Amino acid sequence: MKAKGLVFKYGDNVDTDVIIPARYLNSSDPAELALHCMEDIDKDFVKNVKKGDIIVADKNFGCGSSREHAPIAIKAAGVSCVIADTFARIFYRNAINIGLPIIECPEAAAGIAAGDEVEVDFDSGVITNVTKGTSFKGQAFPPFMQKIIAAEGLINYINNK
Amino acid sequence: MGMTMTQKILAAHAGLESVEAGQLIEADLDLVLGNDITSPVAIKEMEKMQVDGVFHKDKIALVPDHFVPNKDIKSAEHCKCVREFARKNDITNYFEVGEMGIEHALLPEKGLTVAGDVIIGADSHTCTYGALGAFSTGVGSTDMAAGMATGKAWFKVPSALKFTLTGKPSKWVSGKDVILHIIGMIGVDGALYKSLEFVGDGIANLTMDDRFTIANMAIEAGAKNGIFPVDALAEEYMKEHSNRAYKIYEADEDAVYDAEYTIDLATLKSTVAFPHLPENTHTLDEIEDIAIDQVVIGSCTNGRLDDLRIAAEVLKGRHVAKGMRCIIIPATQKIYMDAMEEGLLKIFIEAGAVVSTPTCGPCLGGYMGILAEGERCVSTTNRNFVGRMGHVKSEIYLASPAVAAASAITGKISGPDEL
Repeated sequence: MKAKGLVFKYGDNVDTDVIIPARYLNSSDPAELALHCMEDIDKDFVKNVKKGDIIVADKNFGCGSSREHAPIAIKAAGVSCVIADTFARIFYRNAINIGLPIIECPEAAAGIAAGDEVEVDFDSGVITNVTKGTSFKGQAFPPFMQKIIAAEGLINYINNK
Repeated sequence: MGMTMTQKILAAHAGLESVEAGQLIEADLDLVLGNDITSPVAIKEMEKMQVDGVFHKDKIALVPDHFVPNKDIKSAEHCKCVREFARKNDITNYFEVGEMGIEHALLPEKGLTVAGDVIIGADSHTCTYGALGAFSTGVGSTDMAAGMATGKAWFKVPSALKFTLTGKPSKWVSGKDVILHIIGMIGVDGALYKSLEFVGDGIANLTMDDRFTIANMAIEAGAKNGIFPVDALAEEYMKEHSNRAYKIYEADEDAVYDAEYTIDLATLKSTVAFPHLPENTHTLDEIEDIAIDQVVIGSCTNGRLDDLRIAAEVLKGRHVAKGMRCIIIPATQKIYMDAMEEGLLKIFIEAGAVVSTPTCGPCLGGYMGILAEGERCVSTTNRNFVGRMGHVKSEIYLASPAVAAASAITGKISGPDEL
């Protein structure tokens, strides 16, 4: 499985309140949530994001609230992968559980800029910055999590068991 | 190798003699929690599962608290979805408006969380129950769905940071100051994926409400959970509130910690976290004049009876500043009633504050106190992220009930000693 797209770049501690503000949590419809994704940190995100694009961020991406609406909004906005220096733990779980691919890679977070074209190979964990001609090795998931991702989420994984 | 308190609880619930940090385990759950925002997503996910119903009707708690009483039609639809699910599955612990409270204040009060439990909740502040010596952690809606269906959850066993608390905090210093101090020390990702384990003779000088506040904000340092040893005070609390058997776990003497810190509570000062991160802490004595527009006293962090008593002690016989909005939200119906019987509500209303029915409301920018562009609020809540309480250009200063109440009177960030 591979992802390829243009990068939206953010800094440290992107919290789930800016990923999807609570004022929109009276809905749980992915398409509706996607319309407000990243609104409080980047009001042009929704206008500019295209299917397959990639979010790259620094430390502690997804900190704060446990709202699964955050990875749901990102996925429904068309984002194919989130790469970060580190992820907050509930966001990390939620992304795996709903089948949004995420990769921790401090070197990639530092070596990729907004607008770069990036390709991610989930099988090898290799992240390639096509624009700059550089590549990075992301942390591979443990086998247990790979099974959940391969099943496209926790619910399917449990159903298949 | 010795285990931490958290590791021992997890090992016991995974049917293992021992576990170590980093190990992936599947553990049995004593309680699965959800609210009106996270439960509808979980219910939808559970419908996709090939199961007949929930794993145990007594071991699920559904607490509509974020946008109730329903703030709009969409919220009402969410609450209806939760209510119908509770009815269909005969959920024992569904709490309707009138008997509810903010989930993390309500569940210990109802005796649903006790020492030795493993609890997951689709709300990040589920870590609160660590105050009673339980392992409890926040998860998302899909984990909640799987938990409701199977009674199990997967965990990566966390390593831990050890905090030895000594000494006695001074008059206006409370649990909020302790946890803000810690978050200021280690940062909002300082405990990422880890447990915060508290020990030391200073804990005896913290009330249960102080401990709930401290455990509650463990997530604000990125922690998986925060946990306190079970002492006489915690046992007394559980005996008073619960008829469930509890089990006391203690960390091994040779348990390994990633780092150890000692904090003398006597040296702590009133602490305020500036926008837009809980780690941006300043002690009150180093803060210049900062004018504010609103004060919120409430939430799962600081809406308990001790918090209201402190606020009342400060507000009694005084009046909030002209133009100030001071919003006080008792966290549960019982706390509301106790505050009424103690005369606290009268003090608040005479001081020019408004008192609301229990709700998370303004804490997450839902309703009941939203900020306009450029407005500043001193709040006893737990997060001061961009736009958390309203406009993206509004500001939240996190503080204790004592500082919040004093600030309401002066109209700027202040402590009770300045009145």
